[in-house]
Amino acid sequence: MIPVFLQHNKVQLALHELRAGEGFPLLHLHGLAERTPEAVPSHLAGWAGPVWGLDLSGHGASDVAVGAGYFCEALMGDVDIAIAHLGPVALYGRGLGAYVGLLASGGRAEEVRGTILADGPGLAGGGPSPASPAVPTAVGAAPPGGTPDPWALYELTRDVRPPDYAATFARQASTRSGLDTAIAVVGVNRPPWLEGVIAEPGVIECSLDEALRLFSGGPL
Amino acid sequence: MSEAIKYPGACRPDRQRTVDSHGLAIAVHEWGDEAAPPVLMAHGGFDFAGTFDVFAPMLADAGFRIVSWDHRGHGDSQHAALYNWEADLRDAVSVFDSVTFDAVPVIGHSKGGSLMLQLADALPHRVSHLINLDGLPSRRSLPDVSDHQRTKLMAKELTSWLDHRRRLVDAQRKPGTIAELAERRARMNPRLSPEWLRYLVTIGAREDEDGWRWKIDPTLRFGGFGPWRPEWSMMRLPDIGVPVLAVLGTAPDPMGWETPEADVLSHLPPAGRLVMLDGVGHFVHIEHPRAVADLVLEHVA
Repeated sequence: MIPVFLQHNKVQLALHELRAGEGFPLLHLHGLAERTPEAVPSHLAGWAGPVWGLDLSGHGASDVAVGAGYFCEALMGDVDIAIAHLGPVALYGRGLGAYVGLLASGGRAEEVRGTILADGPGLAGGGPSPASPAVPTAVGAAPPGGTPDPWALYELTRDVRPPDYAATFARQASTRSGLDTAIAVVGVNRPPWLEGVIAEPGVIECSLDEALRLFSGGPL
Repeated sequence: MSEAIKYPGACRPDRQRTVDSHGLAIAVHEWGDEAAPPVLMAHGGFDFAGTFDVFAPMLADAGFRIVSWDHRGHGDSQHAALYNWEADLRDAVSVFDSVTFDAVPVIGHSKGGSLMLQLADALPHRVSHLINLDGLPSRRSLPDVSDHQRTKLMAKELTSWLDHRRRLVDAQRKPGTIAELAERRARMNPRLSPEWLRYLVTIGAREDEDGWRWKIDPTLRFGGFGPWRPEWSMMRLPDIGVPVLAVLGTAPDPMGWETPEADVLSHLPPAGRLVMLDGVGHFVHIEHPRAVADLVLEHVA
């Protein structure tokens, strides 16, 4: 199916409708170097409503940012552009998409009606504090089609994710969404930022099926 | 077109060119003899190389080739889709590579100072002397507000930033007269003279049919949020193995860091010198170009 193309500043984003239907939408956010799957993944089949997927900047059918400069807050802006198109959604994020989903859950707390954080590529990012400085002037060649952008892979594995910073987004989600539970952690891995999130009120650890049931009710 | 505005001592660059940095055109500006020893110079955030129009010629007159550039999205450099610190560093290296692969003196003001500090830490073989002009952010105590209040402030900032991102397609900066743009800039640069700010408008802005607009990418805006912490810049300072000169203004200034002297002294490497300029604001090289140029020339002699 041809995606819906949305403009975020100079980047055109590809938003894929994976499954149409009535009810409350789930927005799938892929991991680092991944793209939106062709169909609803079997583990998300239990979601009652429509399912969409967003290719983040530099990934899938979305544009590459010329000159790079990727950072997760900009990808939160990608998600917000999709929310502006879809209206209130629940988020399911894998790896990088989990961290970006967390940011979006705090940034647009009134419009994100639950966020599921799952394992996947790019979950840890660059860790809780800066690494030794480096200024690479070249990365590997881009694949045919241009994505995933090798610079995105480099930059989004070095972005710093302090636990207390991540926790502020969980707090925003909890205090502003009106949900008793705003975030569900369903993965196994616990990088430091995710430990910080789990310690916040309104965040639970549960199975994916439980999380899907919890959030599929839609707007309160 | 409006007539050019002159400012005492200001000289436009002797040469201008562009460098391709990973697909983006970066505008490079040079003062002085092309065969003279090079000095690289990085401007601060929301500035552009033209803010060195008085300071750079003083160094060029002393026998140096001063090379500066407009950061991506600033001045005459191309607007990017995205901006981050790592990309600014890569752009800087692209400019360095266009000049020399030898170690050279490097000067940076404000954000440019922090960038050059990190560059000197990452690529010490490219830097012979490091001069930092009021670009050493340090840990500052946060306002004494409750967690509840802090959450509300953050919510406002996040919403404002995301709303801004939603409006960016085809966004343009607000037009105005030269005097109006100078007045807007004066809010963040209140210590700089109206004459200087009006001069800057004619370089850092462009004249459209409906008025002047700052060239800086409308994507970029003051404030914001992110994981970065000021002390992450200061922690680079002890690593530096080349002679370091840090010049800080002590007068409060909206764009300054008000970095305490003791914080710098405790991080200064053995070959380091700190000069505190009393009664001078954040733009030390604009408020006192001759004095700061003399400090630089003494340092690199």
